[in-house]
Amino acid sequence: MTALLDVRDLVTVFPGDGKDLRAVDEVSFQVARGEVLGLVGESGSGKSVTGFSIMGLVDQPGRVASGTILFDGEDLAKADLETRRSLRGRRIAMVFQDPMMTLNPVLRIGTQMTETLHAHETLSRQAARARARDALGLVGIPSPEERLDAYPHEFSGGMRQRVAIAIALLHRPDLIIADEPTTALDVTIQAQIISEFQRLTEEQGTAVIWITHDLAIVSGLADRIAVMYGGRIVETGTISEVLEHPRHPYTRGLIRSVPSENTRGTRLAQIPGVTPSLGRMPAGCAFRSRCERADGTCAERPGRFGGARAYHRCFHPHEEALA
Amino acid sequence: MMTTLIRRAIQAGFVVFAMTLIVFVGVNVIGNPVDILINPDLNQAERLRVVQNLGLDQPLWRQYLSFLHGLSQGNFGDSFVYSKPALDVIVERLPATLELALCAMVIAIVVGLPLGLYAGLYPERLSSRLIMTGSILGFSLPTFWVGLMFILLFAVQLGWLPSNGRGETAEFLGARWSFLTGDGLAHLVLPALNLALFKTSLILRLTRAGVQEVVMQDFVKFARAKGLREGRIVLVHILKNLMIPVVTIIGLEFGSLIAFSVVTESIFGWPGMGKLIIDSINLLDRPVIVAYLMMMVVLFVSLNFIIDICYTLLDPRVRLDGKG
Repeated sequence: MTALLDVRDLVTVFPGDGKDLRAVDEVSFQVARGEVLGLVGESGSGKSVTGFSIMGLVDQPGRVASGTILFDGEDLAKADLETRRSLRGRRIAMVFQDPMMTLNPVLRIGTQMTETLHAHETLSRQAARARARDALGLVGIPSPEERLDAYPHEFSGGMRQRVAIAIALLHRPDLIIADEPTTALDVTIQAQIISEFQRLTEEQGTAVIWITHDLAIVSGLADRIAVMYGGRIVETGTISEVLEHPRHPYTRGLIRSVPSENTRGTRLAQIPGVTPSLGRMPAGCAFRSRCERADGTCAERPGRFGGARAYHRCFHPHEEALA
Repeated sequence: MMTTLIRRAIQAGFVVFAMTLIVFVGVNVIGNPVDILINPDLNQAERLRVVQNLGLDQPLWRQYLSFLHGLSQGNFGDSFVYSKPALDVIVERLPATLELALCAMVIAIVVGLPLGLYAGLYPERLSSRLIMTGSILGFSLPTFWVGLMFILLFAVQLGWLPSNGRGETAEFLGARWSFLTGDGLAHLVLPALNLALFKTSLILRLTRAGVQEVVMQDFVKFARAKGLREGRIVLVHILKNLMIPVVTIIGLEFGSLIAFSVVTESIFGWPGMGKLIIDSINLLDRPVIVAYLMMMVVLFVSLNFIIDICYTLLDPRVRLDGKG
């Protein structure tokens, strides 16, 4: 199976302190057609910047410094602006974190949907409106015909996120990058949105990169997982591999810090220390300042141990399964 | 909508009423119009006759009451100087001021808005920095000085443009306008540019600040993520969101252009209302001052109301009835 998206050694930098800081540091991963990849990490780990790098929407003055982003065989990192624009929204779509902020407050929902269609296709206003209406119906918005003429402030947060998802699905994209799309929502709404999202992407065979800090969401949703720390993917593999046999001490710490039935009544494990800021990342393994297994070898930069679809970056990996 | 309109009209009524009181008392404190208006060579009997004709022999409160009485019949009183209804004196001057203010405003919008957009979208470029530096000049150079420099350069040194008066006028809608003739248009250029300079800088800086705030918003990034073209993102998504402060300033500045273009009108000998009000104050021509200021109150209240209506058109979250 050839990968739909093949990211190799992606480096995205932001200028700061007189030198370029690597927000994304030699990140490599693959996403197959229809596959769901969970991209997990704390805030500041570079997971969102990875998503925006793929979209070609890294905020100035940040930029993709090196690496390749092969999408369906074409290197996006080298593509011109018009090629990237024509892919955005049509073949690669994105859903953002905060639904209260992603829709333009002064434009009607219908306008914000049909403009997405007109940006990529030649079609009549009536046809565009009909497709927008159908898309709203698909994500479970009642009386979609009337709601097309409503403004974002007339919707609740959950409904707005449904609209955003409807917009992302308009062109039946090959890949959707979902950047913590449920973090800003109530827990009950979260569950609804996740299951809707899952249903629709499965029906359309859309591949998904689900960016989140919440392991629990990913474990129920994703086929594969990539754990990020300090701008690097420290471990990746299938869900069961990584969650049952975490090799990297950071992955292990992350899983242990999620409360579950087994840990009831005991003190919840936590990773000591805090994530250093980008400028203060230790050389070599970025995690070594917080790692109990670290020694002299860790001052060297750990390479990738394993294949393209399952690897870790640790000199002292855990071999045993998680208790 | 209708209730808001009525409420605004009542508020305006109160302001106009307060204005007449202030002006009556104020002008009375400044000096006695009789001393300025009446030829000192006249003898006592003639003098008394003129004073009685103008109604200035009455106590102030009586003068005020008779003014209110006239007002209730739509009569603002006669100008002491021109001996005809004050309102007519003002309305005669209105077209000159109106066309000057409109020209200046159009220049300010056409130049200021695009430059502000550009400087806000590409703040790092050298051209943006030049624009911003230029706007500081436009902002801080005094209008009278710039006007004099314009005259010196374009009228005296280069001899390209006339510097005084309205030039030829043509009749349109029962009034005389300069912008309809080539000569009038040439006369209009310098004063309009002079007035527009400050307004352009104001709109430019406001637009730039608005752009820089809006481009940071998630919905702009989302619009890019949808694959929209840059033109649509700027002209629809960004522009519509920053128009509210810009429209407010355009409205209020247009009002001040009509009401307070005194300096420019004086320098360029433009026979507009600004020049009229200064002359009237110098001559203590109270009926004209009162009528003029009342007109300006009505003008500003109307402009504010139009601005409010623009808000509801620009931002669906704004409702005039105070709900939602």
